[in-house]
Amino acid sequence: MNGYLQQLIAGTVVTIELATLSLLLAFGLGLAGAAARLSSKRWLAMLGTAYTTSIRAVPDLVLMLLLYYSVQNWVNLITDALDQPQIEIDPFLAGVSVLGFIYGAYFTETLRGAVKAVPRGQLEAAAAFGLNRWQVFWRILFPQMMRFALPGISNNWQVILKATALVSIIGLHEVIYAAEAAIKGSSWPGGGQVLFYLTMVALLYLLLTTLSNFVFAYLEKRYAAGFERLSQ
Amino acid sequence: MIDLIKQYWQPFLWGSPNHISGLAMTLWLTVISCAIGFVLALPAAVGRVTGPSWVRWPIRIYTFVFRGTPLYVQLLIIYSGIYSLDMVRNTPGISSFFRDALNCTILAFTLNTCAYTTELLAGAVRATPRGEVEAARSLGLAGVSLYRRIILPSALRRALPAYSNEVILMLHATSLASAATVSDILKVARDANADYYLPFVAFGIAAVLYAAICFMLIWLFRKAEQKWLMHLSPSQ
Repeated sequence: MNGYLQQLIAGTVVTIELATLSLLLAFGLGLAGAAARLSSKRWLAMLGTAYTTSIRAVPDLVLMLLLYYSVQNWVNLITDALDQPQIEIDPFLAGVSVLGFIYGAYFTETLRGAVKAVPRGQLEAAAAFGLNRWQVFWRILFPQMMRFALPGISNNWQVILKATALVSIIGLHEVIYAAEAAIKGSSWPGGGQVLFYLTMVALLYLLLTTLSNFVFAYLEKRYAAGFERLSQ
Repeated sequence: MIDLIKQYWQPFLWGSPNHISGLAMTLWLTVISCAIGFVLALPAAVGRVTGPSWVRWPIRIYTFVFRGTPLYVQLLIIYSGIYSLDMVRNTPGISSFFRDALNCTILAFTLNTCAYTTELLAGAVRATPRGEVEAARSLGLAGVSLYRRIILPSALRRALPAYSNEVILMLHATSLASAATVSDILKVARDANADYYLPFVAFGIAAVLYAAICFMLIWLFRKAEQKWLMHLSPSQ
C-alpha cells in the first residue's frame, strides 16, 4: 500500500503543476483577451468577444476532447503526408494548453471587469505625469485592478484545480490516474479499496482547495491595503 | 462526415423511445438534478443561516466537502466506489439502485448542485435588508409565514442571476455523465468518433449542441429576470 500512496502523492504533484501552469497561461491569455475586448479597434474587440462567448458556452470536458483529439488527428495527417513517424502529443502539455485556453476565456471576463472598475482619472493622471503606456499598466492599473480581480481569480483557480481531474480522461498520470492504478492493483476483503483510494483523492483535493482559500484570503487582504472592509 | 451525420443525428438529438440519448438525455439530467437540488437546497439554506448549531454545522460540512472536491471524483465515488463494496452489492434494494449508471449520475449531480445552490441561497437570505424583516415582524408575521411571504420571495429574486449561472455550470457538468457510460451528448460524440475517427466533426457537433442549450438557458433566465427583477431595471 505504501507504494500506492507514493504514487498518489506523485499524482498530486502533477495535479498541482498542471493547475499552476494552466493558471499562469490562462491569466496571460485573460490579460490579452481583456485588452482585446477593451480595445478601440473593432475587429480586436469582436475577436475577444467571440473567444469568450464561444468558449464559455461549451463544457470544458467537451472542449478538452475536441481540441486534444482533433489536434492529434491533424498532427497524424501531417506526419502521414510527410511519411514521418507519428508524434504522440504529451498529455501534460495538452492538459496545460487546453485548460489554459479554456480558462483564459473566463479570465478575460474577470480581468475586463476589474480593469473597468479602476477609475479612469487614475490612468489620466498617470499619463499627465508623463508615464508611458507600460508604466501606466504596471504601476497604476495592475496594482489597483488586482483588488477587484482577486475574488474572480480565486474562483477561477478553484475551478481550474477541480477541472484538472478531467485531464485523467485524456491519459495524464495525475492523482485520479494514480488512484485508479492503485485500485486495479489491490484487492481488499469486502471490496473497500475502490472507495478508500477515491476518498483519498477527494481528501487531497479538499486539502488543496482549502489551502488555496487561505492563500487567496491573504492576497485579498494585501491588495486591499488602504481600503477598509465594511463587513466581517 | 456525411455518413457520420446520417448515422448519428438521431442518437445526437433524442435516440429512440426505449433508449433516450444525446440532447434529450442531457436536458433530462440537467433538469432533474437542478430540480431536486433546488428543492433540497431551499430548506438547507434557511437552516444554514438561521438553524441551531446542530443543523448549521452538518450543512456547512456538506457544502464544504461537495464544493471543495471535483464533481468527477464525487461521481467516481458514487458510481464505482460505493458499488464495489460487498456490503452494498449484497443488499438487494441498494444494490439495484447503485448498479444503474443513470441513478448514480443523477445522485452525484443532485448532491453537487444542491451544495452550490445551498450556499448561493444562504447568501441571498443573509442579504435580506433588516428593514424588510422588521417591517414584517411589526405586522405580526413570524416563523414560517415570515419566510414564505417576505424573506424567501425577496431572497429568491436576489439569487436569480447567480442561480442562472449555477444552472449553466450544471448543464456543462452533465457532460461528465459520459464517463459513467450514460448516453448524453458527449457519449454519443465519443461513440461517433470511435466509429468514424473524425474527432473534429463528432466533438464539434457536441459543442454546438451544448452551446445551443446554453444560449437557450441564458435567454430563458433573461426573460425570468425581466419578469421578477423588473423593479430593479434601470429605466422605464
